[in-house]
Amino acid sequence: MIVANRKPFEEIVELVKAYKSILLLGCNECVTVCAAGGAKEVAVLASELRMHREKEGQPIEVKEHVLERNCDPEYVVSLAPIIGDAEAILSMACGCGIQFVGEHYRQMRVLPAVNTTFDGVAEEQGVWAERCLGCGNCILDKTLGVCPVTRCAKSLFNGPCGGSHGGKCEVSDETPCGWQLIVDRYKEMNMLDKYMEIQPLKNWSTSRDGGPRKRVREDLKL
Amino acid sequence: MRLTYPPNVKIVKVPCTGRVDIIHMLKAFENGADGVFVAGCLEGECHFLKGNLRAKKRVAQTKALLDECGIGGDRIAMYNLSSAQGQRFAEISREMTEKVRQLGPNPARKGRAKAA
Repeated sequence: MIVANRKPFEEIVELVKAYKSILLLGCNECVTVCAAGGAKEVAVLASELRMHREKEGQPIEVKEHVLERNCDPEYVVSLAPIIGDAEAILSMACGCGIQFVGEHYRQMRVLPAVNTTFDGVAEEQGVWAERCLGCGNCILDKTLGVCPVTRCAKSLFNGPCGGSHGGKCEVSDETPCGWQLIVDRYKEMNMLDKYMEIQPLKNWSTSRDGGPRKRVREDLKL
Repeated sequence: MRLTYPPNVKIVKVPCTGRVDIIHMLKAFENGADGVFVAGCLEGECHFLKGNLRAKKRVAQTKALLDECGIGGDRIAMYNLSSAQGQRFAEISREMTEKVRQLGPNPARKGRAKAA
């Protein structure tokens, strides 16, 4: 899932300072699962904003709405009657959703209420961690399911750097060394010989180095 | 027991404090409450095992939210008492009422800023 994090309240207050009526938009997909921008988070932020502005003597009307997905046109077009007389849209969807809504409603300011952070998993209730950088050329078969692009701070392909100590990364003692995890997997699967295979230089053109990416499936196009 | 407690305390009954969500507490403030206290069972004695412990965390989170939006986290508290402690309930109600009275009215009460 795409993991996001709500922006600090003061920053959000500043973003909507000029408006008296806004639409606070959430998304039922990833940001709901990572508890950053689903119906619950929309309700909480809306309530906080209303109370804050009431206290400041500048009441704000906050309309709450949650789209099934903010990244698909069929849902985004359904927003038109909901926007009504809102002066701006404050979105708790991920960066994709915020942009896509803006592309459809070009006269509206679409403001981000969250910082979109990473593609990750829920390691446990309330804890999310990064797993994929979307490099466009998956090698998880070679590293037995542990991604060196994501899990190693330097995205190294042939073993750890000198900063690996006691299984931890030099970036932080909280962060496991990606290559330690890979070696542990090799041992676990009795495939340590794979560690000796030298990986060639990675072609990063499939990653962000090749610019914004696009996927087209001609058979699905209407 | 014929115990008395301040008449301004409005009770919202829930089957377990585990049912109390952050938005419920925020809505109370948004609708003009000056203070809120969540009265849960004694820790370790939840019929549903963790309901009151979950409520405790949610109250703490609501406290932080009230602080960040300027209402003040002091206006909310969690207490633990059993249903047999009527005396304690009356005591808490008085204690909380007094505390909230000292803090003054809810600054976000609708129309209050306009009237001032």
